[in-house]
Amino acid sequence: MSRQKILNSLAAPLLAVGFSLVVVTIILFAFGSNVFEVFNSMAVYGTSPRSLTLMLNLATTYYISAVAVAIGFKMNLFNIGVNGQYMLGGMCAAAVAGSLNLPGVVAIPITIFVAIAVGAAWAGVAAWLKVARGVSEVISTIMLNFIALGLISYIIIRTNVGRAASFNVRGTEIIPPNGRMVGWNLLSPTIKVYGFIIVAALIGVLYWFVLNRTVFGYDLRASGLSVSAASASGVNSKRMVVIAMLISGGIAGMVGLPDLLGNDPYSYTLNFPSGYGFTGIAIALLGRNNPIGIAFGAILWAFLDVSSQILDIENVPREIVTIMQGVIVLAVVVAYELVRRNRVKSEQQNVGEALTQKESSAS
Amino acid sequence: MNTKSPSIRIFAFFISAMTLLSIARIFAHTNDLTSRGTMAAAFGLAVPIGLAGLGGLWSERAGIVNIGLEGMMILGTFGAGWAGWQWGPWAGVLGAVTFGMLGAVLFAIVTVSFGVDQIIAGTAINILGLGLAQFLAKLAFSNAPGGGQSQSPPVKGLLPSVTIDFIANPLNTLQQKGWFVISDLAGMISGLFYHLSFLTILTVILFVLTAWILWRTSFGLRLRSAGESPSAAETLGINVIKYKYIAVIISGSLAGLAGAYLAIVGTNVYRGGQTAGRGYIGLATMIFGNWRPMGTGIGATVFGYIDTLQLRDNANIRGLVLFGALVLIALAFLGLRSGVRATSLAFLIIGSALVGGFLASTNMAPEVAQVAPYVTTLLVLATASQRLRPPATAGMAYRKGESR
Repeated sequence: MSRQKILNSLAAPLLAVGFSLVVVTIILFAFGSNVFEVFNSMAVYGTSPRSLTLMLNLATTYYISAVAVAIGFKMNLFNIGVNGQYMLGGMCAAAVAGSLNLPGVVAIPITIFVAIAVGAAWAGVAAWLKVARGVSEVISTIMLNFIALGLISYIIIRTNVGRAASFNVRGTEIIPPNGRMVGWNLLSPTIKVYGFIIVAALIGVLYWFVLNRTVFGYDLRASGLSVSAASASGVNSKRMVVIAMLISGGIAGMVGLPDLLGNDPYSYTLNFPSGYGFTGIAIALLGRNNPIGIAFGAILWAFLDVSSQILDIENVPREIVTIMQGVIVLAVVVAYELVRRNRVKSEQQNVGEALTQKESSAS
Repeated sequence: MNTKSPSIRIFAFFISAMTLLSIARIFAHTNDLTSRGTMAAAFGLAVPIGLAGLGGLWSERAGIVNIGLEGMMILGTFGAGWAGWQWGPWAGVLGAVTFGMLGAVLFAIVTVSFGVDQIIAGTAINILGLGLAQFLAKLAFSNAPGGGQSQSPPVKGLLPSVTIDFIANPLNTLQQKGWFVISDLAGMISGLFYHLSFLTILTVILFVLTAWILWRTSFGLRLRSAGESPSAAETLGINVIKYKYIAVIISGSLAGLAGAYLAIVGTNVYRGGQTAGRGYIGLATMIFGNWRPMGTGIGATVFGYIDTLQLRDNANIRGLVLFGALVLIALAFLGLRSGVRATSLAFLIIGSALVGGFLASTNMAPEVAQVAPYVTTLLVLATASQRLRPPATAGMAYRKGESR
């Protein structure tokens, strides 16, 4: 039975990935590329030790982002604001880390704490607006993303938190070697796997544990499934919204840390990558909010992103991968919906059959 | 303000707003705040935002929340650049609308027919629209003369634009006199008739047309009923699914048209990242305007105005801050009279703080104007969300034959 269940839950994502491969093949074929050549060079380039390391590093970032989104999803909250939360959290954490000259055991926890606190606070604005003023978190977090961007460029350009960090791009003070988590040369002698991967794994374990093994997690899932049923059993749904949003934002605050603590220029610059938050939404969907599913989703996404770097050399625009990712998201939600409809239908049929049998035996 | 007629009320609000703007202009010592150039640029920037907002309005009126506007707009900019470069600006407009529509058809299939979560589908359309536009741009423009990997060659020729000299010029002279309120009004009207693009005129027509179609025709009534109470509409024999499809496709064409404005009138080329989140601002204006064309148009003009000041002289941003402060304080006093204490107090505090900031500074960062539209939207949502009335089933999936 449980094996059947696992197969069922794997069917939709696998179908979606397969479908997107078909779409991409058709597009590549239509524009006259050698499809096998393209996939082959992606596979070869993507599995080199260097690429695999880059993939793990990117997946670390994606994983944290997706878990942040997934916590919201569990509670029927749509945290589109992960983007703003991680950028603001990362900027503040980097600024603090750059100003600390302490041993790593002290500096790194402080940095992580700042990131969590700022991310949670920024998400807290959306939570307050939802609970106290009835504003949908979808719209408020979109607005907060843009406000965060403005705030960050203000702080970095106009205040003395910012300075010329690298290649004439302004950024925060460079984080001293003590405060970094550079990681280890696990796969390649030239490039390191981020040290933050351990924190990401820890976040995954905690996420699983809190959700499935604690009363709080039970309440959270219950309110996500049915607010009325949960409040009938004594769960304060407004409180749950605030807490879930704060946790989601706190985790989102850490999304930028793997890069900031593990990669040049060890500073939050105005060029810091944006958009990890939207990637997180896609991966949380693909992984069905399951900590292990999300891990697979993050690795797949990172593999696609890293291996696509070779495509420009092959004269195929590497954005084909973005198209593929978009198709995967669309296909996976359609697949889930179809599976759900099918299940509802068969349940209804079962009930119907049982009732008619009862009637005929009674008469 | 106890008048009942809505047009008199709107006029009164407009004159009050202009008065406050005039006060801000005088105290910030910047005539440019209401100059013809500023106003003309503001109307220009309001067009793509307004079109996106109108697109959002069409689809939400039929019950579909369209977060994918941004992606459809991106597709529109590509369509405009691609067709415009080869066959001229009119073809560019057509190309943009077609590409926006293509995004919308896909969005409609997954949200209307398959009934998946609209926010998720919209997010996916945004990813897909971006990816497709970048992919196609590299293929189409990399080797084209004057083009690049993320930029199209210039659009062949310009769309017609009109300047009505005998209105624009004398009013411009009047604006420069710096008279209280009168000059500001003159600058505004002068800006309206100065380098007026064909697409701007079309946008105004589309707003009027939308208001008429959605609220004055049976087609519009049916479309809105699909968003208010689809199952009731179905019992009256209305093909709800069809109306939802139509609404979403119109929504996408309007988003595409917004992209056309950016690529053809705004810059004359397709460029990656051109939309810069305007699809989301469009969504914000629609909420700001309470899901109505008139309000959406006003919202777009306000946001376009703020957007313009960001690019102009620094003194204007001080003027903008003072204007915002005055509006908040005025609203606070209006609110005190009708008894919303807490909100009024909050407005009063924020407004006074802004006045303090204005007095204390001689220089204001452009980032203030950068975030102003979003802060405004949040403020509107936080204070008026009880009064806003979105379509009843916006965001919910509907299946034929399902009852609620």
